[in-house]
Amino acid sequence: MKLDSMYQEVILDHYKHPHGRGLRDGDAEVHHVNPTCGDEITLRVKYEGTKIEDVSYEGQGCSISQASASVLNDLLVGKDLAQAQKIQETFLELMQSKGRIEPDDAMEEVLEDAVAFAGVSKYPARVKCALLSWMAWKDATAQALGGADAERKTA
Amino acid sequence: MTQLPGLLTEPNLLGEAIRKDFPILDRQVHDGKKLVYLDNAATSQKPRQVLDALNEYYERYNANVHRGVHVLAEEATALYEGARDKVASFINAPSRDEVIFTKNASESLNLVANMLGWADEPYRVDHETEIVITEMEHHSNIVPWQLLSQRTGAKLKWFGLTDDGRLDLSNIDEIITEKTKIVSFVLVSNILGTVNPVEAIVRRAQEVGALVCIDASQAAPHMPLDVQALQADFVAFTGHKMCGPTGVGILWGRQELLEDLPPFLGGGEMIETVSMHSSTYAPAPHKFEAGTPPIAQAVGLGAAIDYLSSIGMDKILAHEHALTEYAVKRLAEVPDLRIIGPSTAEDRGAAISFTLGDIHPHDVGQVLDEQGIAVRVGHHCARPVCLRYGIPATTRASFYLYSTPAEIDALVDGLEHVRNFFG
Repeated sequence: MKLDSMYQEVILDHYKHPHGRGLRDGDAEVHHVNPTCGDEITLRVKYEGTKIEDVSYEGQGCSISQASASVLNDLLVGKDLAQAQKIQETFLELMQSKGRIEPDDAMEEVLEDAVAFAGVSKYPARVKCALLSWMAWKDATAQALGGADAERKTA
Repeated sequence: MTQLPGLLTEPNLLGEAIRKDFPILDRQVHDGKKLVYLDNAATSQKPRQVLDALNEYYERYNANVHRGVHVLAEEATALYEGARDKVASFINAPSRDEVIFTKNASESLNLVANMLGWADEPYRVDHETEIVITEMEHHSNIVPWQLLSQRTGAKLKWFGLTDDGRLDLSNIDEIITEKTKIVSFVLVSNILGTVNPVEAIVRRAQEVGALVCIDASQAAPHMPLDVQALQADFVAFTGHKMCGPTGVGILWGRQELLEDLPPFLGGGEMIETVSMHSSTYAPAPHKFEAGTPPIAQAVGLGAAIDYLSSIGMDKILAHEHALTEYAVKRLAEVPDLRIIGPSTAEDRGAAISFTLGDIHPHDVGQVLDEQGIAVRVGHHCARPVCLRYGIPATTRASFYLYSTPAEIDALVDGLEHVRNFFG
């Protein structure tokens, strides 16, 4: 069934048992919404130099948006900024692929659990749900590390 | 499948033969699933009669209106103005010149807000006056008034909601006061389904000399609409929710107001004479129809009105009421389902919003879609209602003249599947 390609077991697991949920101490906080469906997330980042100490979040929304935030927490906490940016960019590429990218081993190594979202990219209305927390993280990082600095590093 | 005894012989239901008029209802989706279209509050489907009228217009009559002297221009003008006559008769307007074609209901409501913002006394909305709306408005009847309030300094006030999804009119005398210039409210809520008590609000507005604007977007498609009986000053609705094409809406306004109030959009069609220094304006309704209007769409709306009238708005209302009664009963059987809005069919239209336990409406809608069932999920352009009831969003099923009890059964079965999927 096509639906199973979106609601992978791993996504439903993250949805039912989110990792790292709850707001903790941070260097910057952002609040992002998805105006078409009312998904919301409040997200904080904490940096030690360029190392991500913590990404904490609280939000409400569909299984895709909530599971995505949980996966983000798993993947990014403990990583260096450059590494995290690579993961974020790879995830963005996958989500914007309209189902055309079949994740290979190299991509799976970068994205780990996040490859499960490949099926979501076939549903245009849901891509924004999957990206909500990732866009919030990018924004929070820019604020925490200073806009110009983060921009330069992203470029 | 549970079946209420005798429901299928319910005398108020329209026959399923009507469905043959709507080609799209035969569509299959997701590998052979029968389409169950329950998103009628967002837009209705179009009968063959309307599609044919659009085609015929473009194939035989297409021209710009009110401009040429050639045959096509005259025929197109007659068709366009003929559609205005049909709308006027459909809403029992005292005069056809009170019917303004707009792009949609949002434009109609924005037009009223802008007329009042630019008006002279006694209509002028300014910093010493107040605007009244309600907490259950569609964003199209909130944002234009917020803009007007920000630009003029007028105070924006609103009626709150009761726990069971109705307007709280207990403080009506404090909300609508001598300072109130305009009261704008929805006749039937697009998210709660509530049918509002027009008379009580109009009576109070008239006491203080305020104008009344009614958003009838969810009423015009579903029940007889009589602007004289409503005693409003303005009534707005849209064509595409009532079997017509997108791109055409209606603003009805009382003639003396339309004569007194200033135009909003300037351009061709709305003028009498133009010099480089100043212009004078055409009489209403043309004063408010700058530029080439939605001609084919108006003609299509006229065909939709003929179609609906041939069935009878009272019969459509009775059909939808019977369906709504059945739907609220069936939905009550679904564990963890909470209706947001009146829980009975009394004073309620055929749009039913609900939550299903902790399952987000986005997920509910996705799993229903997989079974061919089309519903709307989200805040339905009425976010303050979601805030009021402490929910992020709802799932909404909404019915129309071609909806059937079997489709409600399919919805209930579909929701069971959703619960199992996320259980």
